[in-house]
Amino acid sequence: MSPEAMLLDRVTRVPGVRGALLASAGDGLVVAEQLMDGVDGRAAAALAGALVGRLLRTTAAAGLESPLFVHLRAEEGSLLAAPATGDLVLVAMVGPDANIGLARLEMLDAAGRLG
Amino acid sequence: MSDEIRALTARLADEPTSLAFLELAEALRRRGQYDAAAKVARGGLSRYPGLADAHDLVARILSDQGDLAGAFDAWADALRLDPMRSSALKGLAFLYYRAGEAPAALEHLARAAEADPDDAAIPVAIARIEQEVGGTRTSPQVAIELSPTPASPPDAPSAPPPMQPVSPPPAPARSPSAAPNDSPFADFSEGERGLLLADANGLRLGGTLTAPGGGEAGDRVAAELGGVVREAGRASRLLGLGSWHSIAIETPAAFLVLVPPSGDTVLLASREPSMPMARLGLLAERAARMARRWLERGR
Repeated sequence: MSPEAMLLDRVTRVPGVRGALLASAGDGLVVAEQLMDGVDGRAAAALAGALVGRLLRTTAAAGLESPLFVHLRAEEGSLLAAPATGDLVLVAMVGPDANIGLARLEMLDAAGRLG
Repeated sequence: MSDEIRALTARLADEPTSLAFLELAEALRRRGQYDAAAKVARGGLSRYPGLADAHDLVARILSDQGDLAGAFDAWADALRLDPMRSSALKGLAFLYYRAGEAPAALEHLARAAEADPDDAAIPVAIARIEQEVGGTRTSPQVAIELSPTPASPPDAPSAPPPMQPVSPPPAPARSPSAAPNDSPFADFSEGERGLLLADANGLRLGGTLTAPGGGEAGDRVAAELGGVVREAGRASRLLGLGSWHSIAIETPAAFLVLVPPSGDTVLLASREPSMPMARLGLLAERAARMARRWLERGR
C-alpha cells in the first residue's frame, strides 16, 4: 500500500466517511482515492478544488493565511477538505451522522504528513 | 457567414480537439454573435478546463452578454490558473469599477500594470479612477479604457459595442452607509465586529470585517463571497448532498463560518481561534436569524 493510500485508509476508517481522495486543487485531478461505490471521485475532486480555490481568495482578501480545514455542511452530509502541501488537497465525503471531529483530526494529521 | 468564420469552423470540424475553438469563438464574439461564441467557447472549455485562455474568452463573451457575475467567475478562474494574466486583471478591474468598488478596481489595475507594463491604457485608467475617487458616478470613458473586450471590427456594423456606457452602480437593497444606525446587527449582543452580510453579487449589505493588519476588509471579502456561495451550491448539489447549510473555515489566525440567511445573501462570522468552531457556528446562526429579520423588514 502506498503512503497516500495508507493516509486515505485512516480517514475512511472513521465512522460515517463515505470516501476520501487526494487531488490537485488547481486542475481537480485525482492523485489517489478510496471511495465507496456510488461516490464520483472525479466530480468530488473538481468541485472541492473549485470551492477551496474560492476560499483561498476569500481568506486572502481578509488578510488571512490559507485555510487549514474546510467543512461544508449540507442536508445529506458534508464535504471536508484539508489543503496539504503545494497544490494538493485532501477531500472526504461524509454522511450526516459521521464523526466529523475525528475525521477532522485524521485529515489534519494526514495533510501534515503529506507536507 | 464570413470567410474567416467559415474557415475556422472547418478547421475546428477537422480537428475538434484542437485549440481552434479559441479563434472561432473570438471571431464570433467580435461579430456580435454572442450565443454562438458562447457555445463554441464552452465546448472548448469542457475539453480544456485548465486553460486560462478559455476561461478568459468565456469571461469576455459573458461580459458582452451582460452576465457580469458569470464574467467575474470566469475571469477569477482564469486568474487562478494564471495569476498574472493582464486581460483577466483588467476584466475584474472593469467589473469592480462598474460596481462602484474603486479601490478594488485600482488594486487589480496595479497588478495588471505589473503584468503588462507596455499596456498604455492601464496607467491612463488608473489616473482617471484616482481622479474620480470620492465622486458618485462612474465615467463611461474609464469604462471604455478598462474594457477587456476589444471593439468590434468595422465590418461588423450590426454588432453592439463591447461595453455600453455605464450607469451609476446600483445600490444594494439596503445600504448601511445610507443609514449608519440601521445595521443588520445593531441589536446583536456582541456587536457587529467580525460579522459581514453580503448579497449574491458580492456587495456588502452590512457588518464590518477588520483584517489582521488593521484595515477594513469587508468590501474585498464580500466581493469574493458571491463566488463562494455559487461553488458551495454547485458542490453540494452535484455531490448529492442537498442544499448547503454552512461552511466552516479554519485558518491559523481566525475561524470563519458562512451561513446563508436567505437564498440570495450570505453571512460571514469571524472570530479568533480561541472560540471553539462549534460555538462560532451557533453565533453565526444567531446572527443569520437577525440578518433574516432585517432583510424581511427591508423588503
